[in-house]
Amino acid sequence: MRVTFTVNGREQEADDVWEGESLLYVLRERMGLPGSKNACEQGECGSCTVRLDDVPVCSCLVAAGQVQGREVVTVEGLADQARERGGRATDGTTLDQAKGWQAKPHGAQAAQPGQLAPIQQAFIDAGAVQCGFCTPGLLVAADELLERNSSPTDADIREALSGNLCRCTGYEKILDAVRLAAARQDEVV
Amino acid sequence: MTTLPRVTGEAVARIEARDKVTGAASYAADHPLDGLTHAWPVTATVARGDITAVDDSEALRDPAVLAVLTHANAPRLADAGDPMVAVLRSPHVAHHGQIVALAVAETLEAARAAAGAVRVTYDEQPHDVVLTADRPGLYTPDEVNAGHPADRRRGDFDAAYAASEITVDAVYEVTPLHNHPMEPHAATAVWDGDALTVFDSNQGSTVVRSTLAALFEVDEADVRVVSEHVGGGFGSKGTPRPHVALAALAAKAVGRPVRLALPRNRIAAVTGHRAPTIQRVRLGADADGHIDALAHETVTQTSTLTEFVEQASVSSRMMYASPHSLTTHRVARLDVPSPSWMRAPGECPGMFALESAMDELASACGLDPVELRIRNEPPVEPDSGRPFSSRHLVDCLREGARRFGWHDRDPRPAVGRDGPLLIGSGVAASTYPVWVFPSHAEAYAGSDGRYEVRVNATDIGTGARTVLTQIAADALGVPLDLVRVSIGRGDLPAGSVAGGSSGTASWGWPVHKACTDLRQRVSDAGGHVPDGGLFVRADTEQEAGGGTEYSRHAFGAQFAEVQVDTVTGEVRVRRMLGVFAAGHILNPRTARSQFIGGMTMGLGMALTEGSFLDPEFGDFTERDLASYHVAACADVPEIDVHWIDEDDPHLNPMGSKGIGEIGIVGAAAALANAVHHATGMRVRRLPIHPDTILLGL
Ligand code: FES
Ligand code: FES
Repeated sequence: MRVTFTVNGREQEADDVWEGESLLYVLRERMGLPGSKNACEQGECGSCTVRLDDVPVCSCLVAAGQVQGREVVTVEGLADQARERGGRATDGTTLDQAKGWQAKPHGAQAAQPGQLAPIQQAFIDAGAVQCGFCTPGLLVAADELLERNSSPTDADIREALSGNLCRCTGYEKILDAVRLAAARQDEVV
Repeated sequence: MTTLPRVTGEAVARIEARDKVTGAASYAADHPLDGLTHAWPVTATVARGDITAVDDSEALRDPAVLAVLTHANAPRLADAGDPMVAVLRSPHVAHHGQIVALAVAETLEAARAAAGAVRVTYDEQPHDVVLTADRPGLYTPDEVNAGHPADRRRGDFDAAYAASEITVDAVYEVTPLHNHPMEPHAATAVWDGDALTVFDSNQGSTVVRSTLAALFEVDEADVRVVSEHVGGGFGSKGTPRPHVALAALAAKAVGRPVRLALPRNRIAAVTGHRAPTIQRVRLGADADGHIDALAHETVTQTSTLTEFVEQASVSSRMMYASPHSLTTHRVARLDVPSPSWMRAPGECPGMFALESAMDELASACGLDPVELRIRNEPPVEPDSGRPFSSRHLVDCLREGARRFGWHDRDPRPAVGRDGPLLIGSGVAASTYPVWVFPSHAEAYAGSDGRYEVRVNATDIGTGARTVLTQIAADALGVPLDLVRVSIGRGDLPAGSVAGGSSGTASWGWPVHKACTDLRQRVSDAGGHVPDGGLFVRADTEQEAGGGTEYSRHAFGAQFAEVQVDTVTGEVRVRRMLGVFAAGHILNPRTARSQFIGGMTMGLGMALTEGSFLDPEFGDFTERDLASYHVAACADVPEIDVHWIDEDDPHLNPMGSKGIGEIGIVGAAAALANAVHHATGMRVRRLPIHPDTILLGL
């Protein structure tokens, strides 16, 4: 079957999609967006978290056919989505732009601030990234939390992020990152 | 060149963090390749036997399926001396879950369906998978993991123990534990004639490269292994694991690129795990708590494929003064999946036992557990008589006690109450040895003022890329952003494995050496790099083996406060504190996260993680993340970490000790001791589940 849906603000099409195919597979293998990770394929780890019509979901558990006509945001589209939220119009992230993150040089200098979503910058600044495999899913989940709750308590954060396993960090710095992003959000307002 | 402030010791942000937060960092299964095909494993459904037939007719009916590889039809691999990668070579099944066939297809779904349609017939043989402390077949291995002798005896333990005023005699058990890095073991392989390229998830691509060259009998120079980003390993990617051999084998067989990412529920059986241990600890002391006799006897298991012996008794050889000591290991060779390294093999389960026993001894002597440990501080390493290069355990205990408010507690067990909750606190010591392995590095100065450093380090999430850049920048005396460090490729100068908490020392040393030398050359050239640049090479083949006249270990103290729900039996951690002494900390930002991550894995070991071998099936019952509980965010409390800076000249030019593993050591004991303080109940078998608590209260 053919599935037409919006990914990171741009309409995309996938052909010959098999009925049992997951959204995660379509994103990774057909759209060339490997940012969302496959760590269990059973809905246990959250590494594959994306937004589906704004709701965070495990994309490994969503059948591709279910996303027909709907909107998906992945880690590759977080920065643009944040810009849009900040009132700046964007016309979405093309697949090439999304893949183009790769093309930027990654020299000794860490991120130049400004181009990333606040939650992405906060993860870098707080040291919330280790191996990085859980990071895309956590970013999407944390971004969604901050969107609906601009000053979450620690309990709110722990609750919201408990569907996302991280084997490296012990979560403490991830909490710091969410707190940091929330605080910066306050400053802006 | 002017003198710049040092960047080692600074909280430099992770260099590849931007790639990781944008989704741009490519892991082993993220590389797009033209004509890519997918593989899915078929695993043994018997624990011991021989394959008598494989029926792949149903599987091959789908035209999208390219091959079903088995021992009967796969290209035969040469013997690389490592049974873990000797895949599809023999009809023999050594354990349940062993990979017996591999389906390769155009899509992942077709491969998965094909694997499910393969029918394997076995001549099944009776299996033996149950470990007990008194079972037949236990033997003394020649040595245990990390090259330690299986047994050590000092003085006369039996006589001293019999004569001791106060004794503790207890058996502690740790179930099998699974590493479960978040990135599954994955590889993408492609052949071009005799040249092989693999994108692989591992902890050391130098060895992956040489192993693949041996398996396929090709030149090492023709094998390219790329492992730029690795999603954790914790020991389970320490040597090449079956996935990479299978991906390369399949790519050769079908003449197309092949990707194999092991499904989560197959990982436990084929990539190694922490072997279960049954540990008897006996302590004999005087009424003041001075230990005279210490015995630590470990019983564990290995597989019929490999001999891996979890060295759980080893830390008892160096932790405390113990004039009379007996430390042993016995192992049973069972029809089980092969055990391997998991974060602090040996120290982690061993210190759960020893530090629990220390808590029991403190209770028996009516002594504060911090004070008991201080009283048993040895002047030199008890086992070898060598001096410690540095040992700040007592400082860690004192500093931790102060920060934690340890001495404000009521030492009596089962008196802290908050409604239905019992509240208690516990302490344990931690330790981890210093390892350094020989590595090579190259440093290059360009005439444009930029520097390039090459070393085959692997960043499995530790921050290796970042800390090596810091080390290089300091040694060169230039700002960080002028230095680019290349790691994670098999064709770079050989680097040792990211294991044994040895990475920073092992890779940093030749980087430091090469950069120091290069700086001198630049200075000799009048501070001006000629056209064409300057280039130096360095290795530590000589230096890395040195320093053994000292006993070299990092130490730490862990404190924990728990609440035990008397209604539900649930143990929740309220707070944890770790204070460590591990040489100079080179990057506080990445280091802190390593310590906390280790402590959190220790929390998992104590309370949520646990695995059991089903005697009937002969395999783990907890095979996926739904049944094997990795602690989630809401399970983990505020964890606080501090360190005591050590100036130890007997380590390496950076003065650092490894920090990747010590965080897990002692954490489980601190928590179990806290449960005892809260409830008065001594839990000697992990994990501490609600049923244990409810039955015991
Ligand atoms: S991969 Fe989807 S939840 Fe784990
Ligand atoms: S950073 Fe490695 S799993 Fe979270």
